Amino acid sequence: MDFERILVTVAGELFAPTTAAYALAAIGLNIHFGLTGLLNFGQAGFMLLGAYGFAISTIAGWPIWAALLVAVACSTVFALILGIPTLKLRGDYLAIVTIAAAEIVRIVGRSTALTNVTGASSGLRGDSYKQTFHALSPFGEGSTTIGPFTYSNSFSNSWWLRVVAWVVVALACLLVWRLMRSPWGRVLKGIREDEDAVRSLGKNVYAYKMQALILGGVIGSLAGILYVLPRAVQPDSMGRPMTFWVWTILLLGGAATVFGPVLGAMLFWSVLMLIRVVGRAVIPSSVMSTAQIEQFGWIIVGVTLMLLVIFRPQGILGDKKELAINVR
Amino acid sequence: MSAEAVAALAAVPHTPGAPKPDPILVADHVTRRFGGMTAVDVQHIEVQRGTITALIGPNGAGKTTLFNLLTGFDQPNSGSWTFEGRSLAGVSAARVSKAGMVRTFQLTKALSRMTVMENMRLGAKDQPGESLARALVPPLWRARETEITAKAEELLARFKLYEKRDDFAGSLSGGQRKLLEMARALMSDPTMVMLDEPMAGVNPALTQSLLGHIQSLRDEGTTVLFVEHDMHMVRHISDWVAVMAEGRLVAEGPPGTVMADPAVVDAYLGAHHDTDLGDDALLDESVARQLEREAAAEEQAHEEDQR
Ligand SMILES: Nc1ncnc2c1ncn2[C@@H]1O[C@H](COP(=O)(O)OP(=O)(O)OP(=O)(O)O)[C@@H](O)[C@H]1O
Ligand SMILES: [Mg+2]
Repeated sequence: MDFERILVTVAGELFAPTTAAYALAAIGLNIHFGLTGLLNFGQAGFMLLGAYGFAISTIAGWPIWAALLVAVACSTVFALILGIPTLKLRGDYLAIVTIAAAEIVRIVGRSTALTNVTGASSGLRGDSYKQTFHALSPFGEGSTTIGPFTYSNSFSNSWWLRVVAWVVVALACLLVWRLMRSPWGRVLKGIREDEDAVRSLGKNVYAYKMQALILGGVIGSLAGILYVLPRAVQPDSMGRPMTFWVWTILLLGGAATVFGPVLGAMLFWSVLMLIRVVGRAVIPSSVMSTAQIEQFGWIIVGVTLMLLVIFRPQGILGDKKELAINVR
Repeated sequence: MSAEAVAALAAVPHTPGAPKPDPILVADHVTRRFGGMTAVDVQHIEVQRGTITALIGPNGAGKTTLFNLLTGFDQPNSGSWTFEGRSLAGVSAARVSKAGMVRTFQLTKALSRMTVMENMRLGAKDQPGESLARALVPPLWRARETEITAKAEELLARFKLYEKRDDFAGSLSGGQRKLLEMARALMSDPTMVMLDEPMAGVNPALTQSLLGHIQSLRDEGTTVLFVEHDMHMVRHISDWVAVMAEGRLVAEGPPGTVMADPAVVDAYLGAHHDTDLGDDALLDESVARQLEREAAAEEQAHEEDQR
């Protein structure tokens, strides 16, 4: 067994763009669930919309800032459509509607009627929308090796993308940190605890929930862009499982904490990678094929989530005392 | 101001729906049905500004439902009402509260996983940091936050919760939650407070001091409408009593005489029959004797009524 190679592969996951994308998506979900108590089971829908909005407008020749605005606008409109009918109802309705709506986005995206726009089920090739982001890179061509890690400077799965992705994650953490400690965040927390109490104190609960839904959704759409920049836009890779993993990451790290989503994403992807590479190294292919080891990794994820919810529901960074309070 | 308001009640007839000289809240034809059952059917009620009005009635009389309707937490089948001359029918709960009519709940709604202090701060109004954009710029709201905190500390001290300010509200006892909810409602300096059984579960010594506090609220000009089953408390602090039974307003009058009203005796048969025997007030012998006398008087009144 080549320990060094395993270690490098696993460590590489810690700061991979995909890890950053999931961390960012979980930060968005944290604004929904951790701060406000909104049950959004369609975060992948926000991500996919962001990815489509960015990629399609870039392909249409729009500059990168316009493409980003399109992604933000798409997720805002999506949040409004989801929120207007459901935020006045009990929390479970939002959960059901978001699952369904995210599926609708995916199914519409992959429908053959839209082949010229979304590329249907085969999606949009990465090369067709990466150039504007690539062009902004100050790192030039070629590739660079830092320690054991070698990546291209600017293109696709690059150092440039890593820098941008983690800067965005850091800014999002800063935003959440600031908001959580503000009177605005206090109102959200109150809503999470008891909407009616907050209403009786003269706060427009509906407007606050809508703001939280939009903010978390917009952050989700930016995560979607980060997610597709090193690969292609493929609707089927951004379905319910993606939402499920974002939830796992949030609960693993700890909801309602600032760094929980980041820690959760790093742990999630590096441990998953560890299981895979160790599995491949130690399990003979006659016992389990590579594909089966991959599946095995996901099984471990599911079991971990179950154990987590049972034994450490507050996540790694969560406050045990806070969760011990019996709600209602 | 409140002394005059209270004095003005002397001229008010002791009939249900009696007009008041200076009403802050006027409701007309308010009905609420649940299926075939009419929970509230109040033809007319007025609440005098600057006084303490008690709303009493047997269990299930519709008191909480009326509170819910007036404060926007439930929608009536019909009816209209005005608060300080403004119509509030169909207005959302948040706006009712902003208009200055703040309520508490019979089943307390402490925000469990927030500290006592955070609960209190949430009750304040005019905090610019509660807007998303301004929340990002602390200098815009720090000063107000300091004011709010000072006010919260003062109220917490008055409600004997100061020591608990950094504890989670969920860790408070039932009575302490009642106190917290009442203190929180006062954070916004409401024009009128509607308290749904504020003293249920609060020990007698503290009740005494809180009664004093409620009276001083009135003396500062706040109108108080409260629901209470503890007749001792009703007698002790209210300036006026309205009695509900089966959804209707059946009697009104000053606390000293309203209980003798035949309509009340009818509806409320034995006012103390549903008094919680575990109530600390009953431990006090003089109170217990007084209750006995009252019960006997009511029984007599009832008998006379039947003859
Ligand atoms: N949401 C509801 N659905 C159906 N019936 C209801 C509902 N809320 C209240 N009721 C009914 O309306 C009537 C009045 O209830 P309400 O809670 O107003 O009584 P109350 O006067 O506050 O009584 P208590 O002194 O016991 O608190 C009761 O008979 C109750 O069963
Ligand atoms: Mg009640």
